[in-house]
Amino acid sequence: MSTAVDMPRFVRAREAEALPPPNLARGPIAWVRENLFSGPFNTILTLVVFYLLYISVPPLLNFLVFDAVWTGADRAACRADAGGSESGACWAFIWDKINYFIYGSYTISERWRVNIFFSLLAIGVVWLLWLKAPRRDLGAVYFFWVFPVVSYILLTGGNENFSVRFWIGFAIFGALIIALFAFVSALLKTSMRPALILGGGIVAVIGVTLALVDFNFGLEHVPTSLWGGILVTLLVATVGIVVSLPFGIVLALGRRSNLPIVRLASVIFIEFVRGVPLITVLIMANTMLPLFLPGDMTVDRLLRPLIGTALFASAYMAEVVRGGLQAMPKGQYEGAMSLGLNYPQMMSLIILPQALRIVIPGIVNTFIGLFKDTSLVAIVGIFDLVKTIEASRIDPDWAAPTIGLTGYAFAALFYFIFCFGMSRYSLGVERRLAAGQKR
Amino acid sequence: MSAQHIPSATVDPQAQPAIEMIDVHKWFGEFHVLRDINLNVRRGERIVICGPSGSGKSTMIRCINRLEEHQKGRIIVDGVELLDDLKRIDEVRRDVGMVFQHFNLFPHLTILENCTLAPIWVKKMPRKEAEEIAMHYLTRVKIPEQANKYPGQLSGGQQQRVAIARSLCMSPKIMLFDEPTSALDPEMVKEVLDTMVGLADEGMTMLCVTHEMGFARQVADRVIFMDYGQIVEMNTPDEFFKNPQHERTRLFLSQILH
Ligand SMILES: Nc1ncnc2c1ncn2[C@@H]1O[C@H](COP(=O)(O)OP(=O)(O)OP(=O)(O)O)[C@@H](O)[C@H]1O
Ligand SMILES: [Mg+2]
Repeated sequence: MSTAVDMPRFVRAREAEALPPPNLARGPIAWVRENLFSGPFNTILTLVVFYLLYISVPPLLNFLVFDAVWTGADRAACRADAGGSESGACWAFIWDKINYFIYGSYTISERWRVNIFFSLLAIGVVWLLWLKAPRRDLGAVYFFWVFPVVSYILLTGGNENFSVRFWIGFAIFGALIIALFAFVSALLKTSMRPALILGGGIVAVIGVTLALVDFNFGLEHVPTSLWGGILVTLLVATVGIVVSLPFGIVLALGRRSNLPIVRLASVIFIEFVRGVPLITVLIMANTMLPLFLPGDMTVDRLLRPLIGTALFASAYMAEVVRGGLQAMPKGQYEGAMSLGLNYPQMMSLIILPQALRIVIPGIVNTFIGLFKDTSLVAIVGIFDLVKTIEASRIDPDWAAPTIGLTGYAFAALFYFIFCFGMSRYSLGVERRLAAGQKR
Repeated sequence: MSAQHIPSATVDPQAQPAIEMIDVHKWFGEFHVLRDINLNVRRGERIVICGPSGSGKSTMIRCINRLEEHQKGRIIVDGVELLDDLKRIDEVRRDVGMVFQHFNLFPHLTILENCTLAPIWVKKMPRKEAEEIAMHYLTRVKIPEQANKYPGQLSGGQQQRVAIARSLCMSPKIMLFDEPTSALDPEMVKEVLDTMVGLADEGMTMLCVTHEMGFARQVADRVIFMDYGQIVEMNTPDEFFKNPQHERTRLFLSQILH
């Protein structure tokens, strides 16, 4: 006898209705019991953490908030011997020096230009990062072209007065660029027209940019040696971030290229830059960059570390992106190729969107590292935020025991807000991108 | 009986063959994967390729759209010889659709975007027209209602049908199938095979690597058996199954048909 015969027969007479899912919400006490005190080990862990919080948070809050000195005109407010308080942070000092921390020594009457720069930066960042913003394609044009050009003119004053020789040089350079594009397209055996349009477009954009920079808008010139504080920190970070991503992608693709020369060049660049500390790169950029250039050409003092940090971040970015490229299954390449997509299309439409998505955490990690590393430009005499704090700390008007601590607490807060913002934003993007596509 | 005197149906001398492979050899390093492959495929012909694992079936059909490069001999697809010219290769790939064992859909794009991508970027077709065509083929493979989902949200059988529709959107002249059903659960195999039978009935030139012998019997004009990188036997399906000539073919058939 098989069991099947003994089984009661069953035929569903009515459809089982779809029911709403059960309500799993629980009260707070149940939550606490389940998550914090679910076993002896978990309970001990919870108690230890609570103890650590108990001994660390209240003193910190006392120092930063409750005992802090909020107002005052000079050191008296923060010195016990002068009737002030020494047990808390001396925020009055930050408040007194805030303009120096934001603008450095930027000409006071021209600081409105820096404010416009900050606003333009904020607009660009929101436009690009807010995924539902309208016309994000225009946003990209704004952020990668309009904004840098306008900022340059605003911050320096523009009116570069290029010589005729410079324009002749540019014409030769433009012709070379177009020739290079034609050559690469011949090498890759893709069609010539789009390559020429692309090359011509790039030269045209550079030309217009130079013409704008050349034009006299009647703004007073502010030399970069006066710039400082948050202005410089944000500037170095933004340039580094904006340059390192595309340049890193190009380097990563180069490193995986089949053309041996391209591959070798990418490998040498990446390994060399990654193999030395940023400080070395900065010092080399500062002292060696001028040696590579023709004698009469000088590179701005601020531009040197700017290039140094951007290149440094690019090398790291290249390795992050390469990790993403390596995670792509071969089938994606084959699917794309079998449809007749050429290499640039395959990379830009299929491979990179997926590869970059995989490495968002790594990319943001590099950005955060870069953001904090900008403080190293102080080594070559640039007055970034940390350097301006250093300089103000020894101001005799504010000689008080808590000044140093307060200054660095302020810097820490500043860096933390930006880095934490980047981190949260990337988490949000990851979640959003994952929502549609994962099972 | 060798591969040479197949009752090859009378070829119209004017009509250019869809695919010609002449003395094709290929090596992976030291390993000689394809040995002396000679194959002529007429337009509208349906060919099924079978053979033991590792015999070079995939490698052979992947040579036809240059996913693999052959090192000796000639391959001529639709009158274009496959040489190193990347532009010509992209042209050939445009006309040769390929369906893979693991679908190879693009997970970051919706079903509709998967289907319109190549027409828009390769054929420079306006988006609207591309979408109409895509919906037409998605309707044909019976999943128009999934158009706005992502590949990860579909069953294997549905994904494979999307992959077929994606290829068809380029209006290919030749379709290559590399074990399109072997990653699927049994109940999904039929829906994919039905789609392929429909395609065959419309006169598409097809090369299918598959072990679905029912499908071979139903639609194939010729069945090819490969072993150790060679075409061992090639015949009409009737003769092939009833009367296998080669010892190895018999052994293989006895194993998969029991
Ligand atoms: N990229 C490669 N490098 C080296 N050897 C390879 C490569 N691809 C395939 N081979 C080898 O070539 C031989 C033929 O592979 P192929 O994939 O064509 O076999 P197949 O007949 O399709 O087998 P299956 O039925 O398992 O798919 C196998 O022995 C395989 O190990
Ligand atoms: Mg195979």
